[in-house]
Amino acid sequence: MKIIVNAEPHEVSAPTLHAALAELGFTGPAIATALNGDFIPRTARDTTRLTDGDRLEVLAPMQGG
Amino acid sequence: MQLYDQQIPSRLLLGTAQYPSPAILQYAIRESGAGIVTVSLRREAADGSGSGFWDTLRDLNVRVLPNTAGCHSVKEAVTTAHMAREVFGTDWIKLEVIGHADTLQPDVFGLVEAARVLSADGFKVFPYTTDDLVVGERLLEAGCEVLMPWGAPIGSGRGLQNPDALRSMRAHFPGVPLIVDAGIGRPSDAAQAMELGMDAVLLNTAVAKAGDPVGMARAMAMAIEAGRQGFNADPMDRRDLAAPSTPVLGLAELA
Repeated sequence: MKIIVNAEPHEVSAPTLHAALAELGFTGPAIATALNGDFIPRTARDTTRLTDGDRLEVLAPMQGG
Repeated sequence: MQLYDQQIPSRLLLGTAQYPSPAILQYAIRESGAGIVTVSLRREAADGSGSGFWDTLRDLNVRVLPNTAGCHSVKEAVTTAHMAREVFGTDWIKLEVIGHADTLQPDVFGLVEAARVLSADGFKVFPYTTDDLVVGERLLEAGCEVLMPWGAPIGSGRGLQNPDALRSMRAHFPGVPLIVDAGIGRPSDAAQAMELGMDAVLLNTAVAKAGDPVGMARAMAMAIEAGRQGFNADPMDRRDLAAPSTPVLGLAELA
């Protein structure tokens, strides 16, 4: 299915968020996820199913003021 | 200085953005003596570039205060806060709900609403706000135990644009920690904030964009300490006219 990851279109086959992150190469522990604008806690990634057209945001620690 | 349930030794909070290099950032944090540094969340590359920065900070043993910079709505700010709590492992959040992209002025209406939502959810909210007293009251009612009024627009380095308003805040909220956040450009600006009785200063660009960020980090730390000691020492009242400091009594008549 086609989903949008950090504003870029991606093709993924994994059915869950947890599996999709691995498929997309987000293997680091220090990431947080939001799906279609809603926060998805780490513990819920396994049970969160993706559907075509989903908007996924994967964020990580960065410098800030 | 007590912020929520934590005793914080330094009255300088330092931002971590815009430094010439990670090494200079690290050195500047150390030399500033800051006990709290601000951080953010941004889109991660699939190669995991963000975790390097996080590792750098963890080595320094400072407390992090994640921000919601760039959020223009309550929903964005609340979602970002939740993501930050998970990644950084802290319930502290520097809450920014921005009203204007050009001035980066807080949207105080959205700010109060987001503060209420997040406080109810167990967050310890540090709201980036204006110097408006009524907004300050609403933020406290919403659950905030700290207020962070701006000194001038973010990144402008213009110093305190309205010291009288900050003085009013100090008088109006005697027991509430007040942290001037944004607008500090020079050590004298930071000292002035502290002389007004502010509890702390949060700054970033003033250090990061100085010719010598490490030197400026040191200078800011000293200015904040001097300003604080000056405030504690109760400065003299200002006068309109001169008053001789050398005794007039005993002055010779030599004319």
